Amino acid sequence: MTNATLSVEMDSSAASNIFQDGAFIEELRVQMLKFARLQVRDIQLAEDAVQEAMLSAYQHIDRFARQSAFKTWVFSILKNKVIDLLRKEKRHVVASQLEDGPNLSGEALIEHLFEENGHWQKDERPKKWDQPDHGVENEHFWRIFDACLEALPAKYGRLFMMREFLEMETPEICHNEDVSVTSLNVTLYRARLRLRECLEDNWFGKEKS
Amino acid sequence: MMNCKQAAQMLSEKLDRPLSAKEKMALTLHTTMCPPCRLFGKQMGSLRDLSKAYTKPKDQHEEKN
Repeated sequence: MTNATLSVEMDSSAASNIFQDGAFIEELRVQMLKFARLQVRDIQLAEDAVQEAMLSAYQHIDRFARQSAFKTWVFSILKNKVIDLLRKEKRHVVASQLEDGPNLSGEALIEHLFEENGHWQKDERPKKWDQPDHGVENEHFWRIFDACLEALPAKYGRLFMMREFLEMETPEICHNEDVSVTSLNVTLYRARLRLRECLEDNWFGKEKS
Repeated sequence: MMNCKQAAQMLSEKLDRPLSAKEKMALTLHTTMCPPCRLFGKQMGSLRDLSKAYTKPKDQHEEKN
């Protein structure tokens, strides 16, 4: 009995440290907001979802002694909230709008980039990205990156962010999203293709500073 | 013989699943001869690095263990 109480106390003190680390919480909040806002177009709804996920995580804080475990968990709550919001949104938004977005994507983009024999179209051959790190410290670069992410069709954006931002492994994404491995791989490919194109058009292909 | 369209997709899938020995060989053969696809492959890696940098502007809060 005493031992149990003691261990709970130890856990909650470790856990409350998580919330006392202001920099960690702030960074986490920013990441969560980016994740939510890229998928839920309504800023207010996205912010609400982040608040709710944070609150719900705080209520179960004693279960987490480590920041990394906490982070995974709070993101999984957020992800479910986002998915709920997207489901509700679908009632108002035609599904094709979600899939296609404003730019060429999917099969249309692939047709645009490659010739029938499977070679790159002459004008669409990837060009060298000078100093790939160039701009990483540059605020303007991140604005472009943001805009390119936002321009991804919603489904691409969601799966891409799960893979690259949340660093989830593919079996986990397939399980959570109920997609096949093949279809996930194709979607990730299309997302990267679209994002690459957007960055090259709007940043790397522009005149160098 | 693998073409650019197939190579590009494989250069992305490489980030998500282990390629088979056969796939690896065909891909290496293609990229050795094809500079645009080589660039494309590098850029797929850059996208991953950029995504990491985007979500984690600072490393000091990362847990070490």
